[in-house]
Amino acid sequence: MLIDHAAAARQNKQKHTLVALVENKPGVLNRVASLFRRRNYNIDSLAVGTTDDPAVSRMTIVVDASKTSAALVESNLYKLVNVIDVQDLTNVPAVIREMALIKVRTNDAQQRGEIKQIADMYKSDVVDLSKDSIILEVTGDETKIDAMLNVLSEYGIMEVVRTGRIAMGRGATRMAQKHEATEVSVVPFDNAVVGQNGHGRHT
Amino acid sequence: MKLTGAQILWESLIQQGVEVVFGYPGGAILPTYDALYDYRDRVHHVLVRHEENAALAADGYARASGKVGVCMATSGPGATNLVTGLANAMMDSSPVVAITGQVASHLVGSDAFQETDVTGVTLPVTKHNYLVMSVNEIAQVVAEAFYIARSGRPGPVLIDICKDAQQKSTEYTPVTSVRLRGYRAIKPMRRQDMPALLRAAAELIDNAKRPIILAGQGIKHGKAHEELCEFVNKTGIPVATTLLGIGVISEDHPLNLRMMGMHGEAYVNQAIANADLLIALGMRFDDRVTGNLSQYAKNARVIHVDIDAAEINKNVPADVGIVGSVKDVLRDLIPLVAKRTHDNWMAQINEWRMDTQMHDVMNQPLPDNLLLAPQVIRAIWEATGGNCTITTDVGQHQMWETQYFQHTRRNQLLTSGGLGTMGFAVPAAIGARFARPNEEIWAIAGDGGFQMSIPELATIRQEGLNIKMAIINNNYLGMVRQWQELMHDRRYSATQMWTPDFQKLAEAYGILGLRATTLDETREIIAKARAHDGPVVCEFVVENETNVFPMVMPGKALNEMVRRQPAALGTGFETVK
Repeated sequence: MLIDHAAAARQNKQKHTLVALVENKPGVLNRVASLFRRRNYNIDSLAVGTTDDPAVSRMTIVVDASKTSAALVESNLYKLVNVIDVQDLTNVPAVIREMALIKVRTNDAQQRGEIKQIADMYKSDVVDLSKDSIILEVTGDETKIDAMLNVLSEYGIMEVVRTGRIAMGRGATRMAQKHEATEVSVVPFDNAVVGQNGHGRHT
Repeated sequence: MKLTGAQILWESLIQQGVEVVFGYPGGAILPTYDALYDYRDRVHHVLVRHEENAALAADGYARASGKVGVCMATSGPGATNLVTGLANAMMDSSPVVAITGQVASHLVGSDAFQETDVTGVTLPVTKHNYLVMSVNEIAQVVAEAFYIARSGRPGPVLIDICKDAQQKSTEYTPVTSVRLRGYRAIKPMRRQDMPALLRAAAELIDNAKRPIILAGQGIKHGKAHEELCEFVNKTGIPVATTLLGIGVISEDHPLNLRMMGMHGEAYVNQAIANADLLIALGMRFDDRVTGNLSQYAKNARVIHVDIDAAEINKNVPADVGIVGSVKDVLRDLIPLVAKRTHDNWMAQINEWRMDTQMHDVMNQPLPDNLLLAPQVIRAIWEATGGNCTITTDVGQHQMWETQYFQHTRRNQLLTSGGLGTMGFAVPAAIGARFARPNEEIWAIAGDGGFQMSIPELATIRQEGLNIKMAIINNNYLGMVRQWQELMHDRRYSATQMWTPDFQKLAEAYGILGLRATTLDETREIIAKARAHDGPVVCEFVVENETNVFPMVMPGKALNEMVRRQPAALGTGFETVK
């Protein structure tokens, strides 16, 4: 039952992938970002987008757990009023992907052919072609994208944009179902309960 | 029925049980103050002299009543002046709702006159905040704000309301329930975990030889005073309290060792340092409580119970971490633990306690012509029989209050803990005055902090508030001076303080002013102040270089204290390990 702190620390020396469902309201991204800054949390990436529910956005956050406790990030995110649910997908079966657009400098036909070959090997698409450049679109985990960038670097990379990690648990699980909001009565305010807080002598 | 946004605001506040609001009007909140004119029989508005004190008074009211305190200010400078008070409420988990006016919604973002991004500014110092741009949101937002402020781990919530939202009208239906998708007062634990955690805790408790309970403010918020007492009586485990935990168990309880931490009595810190089990209840292992974390209670297992999941494993790793209300957890835990006593452990603690008393300045021969701050605190305690509410500022006098006032009433000390806000005592006493109308209230401040609160003498006078104010005047920012003495070779940089004639100052406000320079005079003016039916300012001119001992120096272990030499007055001190 007791936590083995040494083992916990060893286990934590990795990147944690947290997924947060948040209310799609103005300022929510600011609240999340402000939390990370204020608590001095080390975040590798943060990806935000809409979901099937227009009132809900989904964030994927990668935490460097060697510097920051992922459990504390999770608990603090959970405390934000606009955060509906948080899950740590690190140790559960999950699909984890990142997308990148890579612009490579090229102006001769032979080079273009080589780059196209490389792109095919990485199952990536050519999405733009100009006289002096080519843009490739690639999807995969970070190591795949890193590897492709490494290969392409000798041709001269002009620009790179990466989405940061996005993730989803495998199987028929669904986040936030347990978080259907419960209705809480707020009035009449129960002064009798407050009375128990009285300041009389200890009994 | 159609009402304006401002009217809806007051209706909603009244529905939440609000009886008093501390505030200061201005342009962007003007419609709300105009509507107040018609609600003035149902809500009492206290006009403070600076918005910071509105927030601090609301905080004091919240601490004293257990209800939500409300403060109000206009946009821009009015709202930014609230920030210190909100930060204070945030650090000490005080349920406060702040209402600010904002420029009209079509002007938001245009750098309009007195426009400030108040929700942006207050984001890190509130539990949550709202920018209300439409009259239709007001009733709902007020209900949500009060619920968030007082549920779970309480905290301040700010509602910034655009001027046009206050002015426009809409159909008003009282909001009786809220539905917050993303808010749970307590992060639910997996149901199957709880019995196992409780059993693990009980096992640690039953097997401990040198256990100690660390009791914090969570017990007060969770109204778990009786459960704590029952738990202590059954397990025979001694209790140390945090600063804000003072008053969760009576200080005349034989197992209450009293306050721990940087200026906790030596034997309390020695007990913690030598414990084999810490049972932390509703406290958050603040650095002022732990000293150097790597040296903290090295041989102790830790049970940590807190309503805020983010506190578990934040500073001190917990062997058993339980997220929940202390009251519920203790109720479940009490039947699982054995009835015991800890005679050997208490004998050891009592030995340390005897040693501590040898070092106590009050047990040393004191010259007649010298008044010491601890004597003043003791004199207030003796005169009142401990039957009063105390508010304090921050610094030496605050620590002496914890050491020399015996707190036997629940929640009788209201003090700024986490933020350490100077200028808290007087506004907090104003708030407490409304929460506890029949209680004797003493606001104890140093000469530094009191000078931050002087404008509120006008509020006290205007409202006719019976508050006894005690100024412990050593003509220094005493605690900073003490640090300079101990850590900066007595280079007293910017800590010497000229003070006004406080008697005359009080008189200028139509308040009785008294002054004492000896112990006899001290007792005399305290009696006079207590007999006076109205506010009183008492100035106590004390020896100006007395230090608060013991002291855990920053970065040092909790039991590595700087202590006064036994039987040596003045600046003699020693490091004892």
